[in-house]
Amino acid sequence: MRSRSRHSWVGSAGALLFVLGASACGDTAPSTLHPEGPGAHRIAGLWWFMFWVSALVVAVVTALILIGVLPGRRRRATHDRATPRWAGRLVVLGGVVVPVVVLAVLWALTLSDMSALSLPRRSIALKVQVVGHQWWWEIRYPQQGIITANDIHIPVGLPVEVELTTDDVIHSFWVPQLTGKTDLISGRTNRMWIQADRAGVYRGQCAEYCGLQHANMIFYVVADPPDRFREWMTREGQGAATPTETGALRGQEVFLSSACVGCHTIRGTDARGKVGPDLTHIGSRISIGAGTFSNTPSNLAIWITDSQSVKPGNLMPPIPLSPADLEAVVAYLEGLK
Amino acid sequence: MAISLAARLEQIWEEKPGLGSWLDTVDHKRIGKRYCYTAFVFFLVAGIEAMLMRAQLARPDETLIGPKAFNELFSMHGITMIFFFVTPMLFGFGNYFVPLMIGARDMAFPRLNAFGYWVFLFAGLFMYSSFLIGEAPNNGWFNYVPFSDKHFTPSLSPDFYTLGLLFLALSTTVGSINFIVTIFKLRAPGMSISRMPLFVWAILATSFAVIFALPSLTAANVMLELDRRFGFHFFDPSRGGDVVLWQHLFWIFGHPDVYIIFLPAVGIVSAIIPVFARRSIIGYVFLALATMATAIVGFGVWVHHMFAVGLPNLAMTFFSAASLLITIPSAVQIFAWLATLIAGKPVLRTPLLFILGFLFIFVMGGVTGVMFAAVPFDQQITDSYFVVAHFHYVLFGGAVFPIFAAIHYWVPKMYGRMMDEGLGKLAFWLMFIGFNLTFFPMHIAGLLGMPRRIYTYHAGLGWDLWNLLSTIGGFVLGLGILVVIVNFMKSVRTGAVAGPDPWGGETLEWATTSPPPPYNFLEIPTVRSAEPVWDQPELRDTGHAVHGRQPVLVGHETLGTSVMDADAESVIPMPHGSYVPVATACGLAGIFAGLLTGIVAVTAIAVGIAVTATLFWFRVREEEEPGPSVVVGVAP
Amino acid sequence: MVILIFTEATLFAILLTSYFFIRFQSGPVWPPDGIKKPELTVVAIMTPILLLSSGPMHWADVSIRKGRVRWLKLGLLLTFLMGATFLTLQGFEYHKTLEEFTPRTNVYGSLFFTITGFHGAHVGVGLLMNLWLQFNAWRGRFSAADHLPVEVVSLYWHFVDAVWVFILVVLYLSPHVWP
Repeated sequence: MRSRSRHSWVGSAGALLFVLGASACGDTAPSTLHPEGPGAHRIAGLWWFMFWVSALVVAVVTALILIGVLPGRRRRATHDRATPRWAGRLVVLGGVVVPVVVLAVLWALTLSDMSALSLPRRSIALKVQVVGHQWWWEIRYPQQGIITANDIHIPVGLPVEVELTTDDVIHSFWVPQLTGKTDLISGRTNRMWIQADRAGVYRGQCAEYCGLQHANMIFYVVADPPDRFREWMTREGQGAATPTETGALRGQEVFLSSACVGCHTIRGTDARGKVGPDLTHIGSRISIGAGTFSNTPSNLAIWITDSQSVKPGNLMPPIPLSPADLEAVVAYLEGLK
Repeated sequence: MAISLAARLEQIWEEKPGLGSWLDTVDHKRIGKRYCYTAFVFFLVAGIEAMLMRAQLARPDETLIGPKAFNELFSMHGITMIFFFVTPMLFGFGNYFVPLMIGARDMAFPRLNAFGYWVFLFAGLFMYSSFLIGEAPNNGWFNYVPFSDKHFTPSLSPDFYTLGLLFLALSTTVGSINFIVTIFKLRAPGMSISRMPLFVWAILATSFAVIFALPSLTAANVMLELDRRFGFHFFDPSRGGDVVLWQHLFWIFGHPDVYIIFLPAVGIVSAIIPVFARRSIIGYVFLALATMATAIVGFGVWVHHMFAVGLPNLAMTFFSAASLLITIPSAVQIFAWLATLIAGKPVLRTPLLFILGFLFIFVMGGVTGVMFAAVPFDQQITDSYFVVAHFHYVLFGGAVFPIFAAIHYWVPKMYGRMMDEGLGKLAFWLMFIGFNLTFFPMHIAGLLGMPRRIYTYHAGLGWDLWNLLSTIGGFVLGLGILVVIVNFMKSVRTGAVAGPDPWGGETLEWATTSPPPPYNFLEIPTVRSAEPVWDQPELRDTGHAVHGRQPVLVGHETLGTSVMDADAESVIPMPHGSYVPVATACGLAGIFAGLLTGIVAVTAIAVGIAVTATLFWFRVREEEEPGPSVVVGVAP
Repeated sequence: MVILIFTEATLFAILLTSYFFIRFQSGPVWPPDGIKKPELTVVAIMTPILLLSSGPMHWADVSIRKGRVRWLKLGLLLTFLMGATFLTLQGFEYHKTLEEFTPRTNVYGSLFFTITGFHGAHVGVGLLMNLWLQFNAWRGRFSAADHLPVEVVSLYWHFVDAVWVFILVVLYLSPHVWP
């Protein structure tokens, strides 16, 4: 009796937890169950179909276990040899017939979803190149000559082709709310497409273990309405504006005369390093350190002086700056909208 | 006659206690226990690694463990559990019980058996010595290139991985060969292939899977080591190499390895269910065939680990179908077990409880496994915590629960004393609840977009609660395992005396004393049924009586029989204890240490030791006393 | 031993499959980077020597079953000499090839030398086992009733010969057939 109540408790708790799980995630969760793109929508549909079938299978098996061990059933002789007729039928039905039917249906669904997901319904509106680095994302818009990092802006409602390559080890590009993941394979180029049906910010993260800071290799897909997207693209395509304010101007001087330029590019200045992310419009980005923390002046100051304390192992060395210089550099960079 | 025969067998089979015999033993029972003990220690170590990870992930932005340590922990946790716990543990049970179940006096190659154990032990120590120099493997258990090549990981960690696994592969391979030959050639007369216990079937299928799967991992590791050490370019895209080759080679091994882990556990389930259901297993033929089918189809599904790599759709549809198909043998097995339970009159003792827990958990892992055959869903969910949940349901549910069932079931045979029933049930419920509390929330965390192998995560992503629950569950699970250890320690000293057959078992291990004498059976039993102990009452006292109707071997030897029908063919002399296996294994350990450190002198000396030991091994055995190979009477 | 041969055969199969995998991932020209197609002259001598060496080995095996120890010794010796010749020729072949490319040149070099080297090592092990058999044969260890080691080594030797056929086809001939 004890086992009976326990089993059914777990069974119903399971279903309950899933329902909870589906509803408990807020808008911030990069949940596959809150799809906002056609790919993720289809996959979520596939998931719910499989979930209910699975729940049924688990329920049936649990029931059969309980029937098996329930006390007070009809008694049979021990060490019985004969296989009762129903038992053979149960094995064939439960072990072969039902699985074959269910699996065939599932395979058909899989094939139809695969073909539906392989190409978008509308033609590709935009091409974006994503280059994986340990541990950040380089984002390029080849047609527009834009290079940025960790934020991917796309127009809402339009399919965007993403070309995936890596500069070092294997990474994986995953925006759970938009579609399934595709790996960035060393020596190969992969292509996939994403589309967001609603304007908003969708969190993405590297999904293939890539070393020390795999956990902090985050990016954001920002789906903008068409006019805002166009505006963004125009601004992003231009070089950095020379600051007008004196503090920021001094910050630019400090930046250009420091080690920063060895690794970073700010288009429109003499900073042309290629190792780290392009900083031309860093002021407008969502996060610092590929999602390590949000882009605020104080966080940026921490990042510049001691990024190792927040993202141990990343390639950026500590930059020793006097407090005044630091403040100026932060003002300069935050002004690069 | 009986007394003098027992005394005589005792005299020629017994191994004197002491350090000497500890090092030179070739007794399959001692080696089997040793495998179990060692593997269990690795289990505890890997469990502690898991606890540390859970502690780090209990809360968002936790800083208990840094990224380097975390990456080493999850890598070593996987490597240890898969390579140094589950397979050796099941090989341990196989070692102990296969000869007993088939009525043999030992494994076919006892010295090879001892060698296999020593290699396993040394490979484990080799792997763990990496912690001493702070360069433990940190690239997960599948060690993808190019992260593991010289450029991205210049430290010794990947070398520990490749060399350690190459070394261990020797142990697993010789173990499997030994099982296959033992099962084919040493079965008791009359135990035709259709009367073989299902546990033996499972070990046979597993061993064949090892033989065909392991070379792929070996080849991959050799290539990687050549790349790292000698500047070869197998996995270097800039010189024509290909990083996906590693993934293919790894998973051609890796997926069959899941079945290598799972199949012996299935054998345990098929061994325990009929005993506690108190009736014959239903669908013996189905179960045996399903075991073999799983082992074979398991070689055709590896690509479902690579659906996100960007492979052609056509290839993926094929592997999707194969991955769905492999569900069917498992479904057949599950329904055969359920039918046996329903048709029987089950007694709810601890071993059966663990098996019921297995059934529930494994079915849950099975249904989520099917989901990964659906390519688009796989692409969405692979490498998320959903996968972590899934494979723990399959591997912990599918292998570890049966292992704990086997501990409670077979300890009375191995030690002659019963495990405490109350503590056993307590342990089961702690483990069952703890397990589900640990791993069920991971499904949800995965669906909410949490990738695996991250050492920390930010607050506010909806993952906090599920991770906290997992951590709490992990500690409940750990407590359950602790209860099993306490129970074991207590029971082997003060438990009730078990007697030869405490559960009313049907296979031959229950026909001898608990623990069995060094020679296992006084006379080699003659089998006329698939459930000999139930059907042949005369076998019940095989351990201590002679009927004269069966072959009696009075020397240090066992009976060789034909592969299919198990007709008596020959009397095979068995080797005595020997230091050669441990010496050879030492030599090999030295060779691998030399390769790792690159010190030529170490390698040279070790090669010397290994070669000398091997020569001793193959020294012609003419100096051994010619055993009086008397066969008294053969069953009609 | 049969099972050991299974697992070894799988290993060779995996290596040769890897060769094809890389070959088809690679561009239209194979071997890559201007490496010439494999030279067949030396191989044309090596191959028959190795394959024919299975003859005396089999003869030795058959002889000892009938208790003819002298033929056993002679067969083993012939096998040994032929196997050793094969290895020596392979050494010459390596010497020449290494002038053109090495395992470090590119993935083709890595594959070529690893696979042939691995096979060469197997031939070497076969020769050592052969020596061990000869040593014991001279000590009068084998008889018609007791000759299992001869059977086992013979089986192994045939296996090593058979593998060479696959290596020949894949590594030496296939680049000539597929441009």
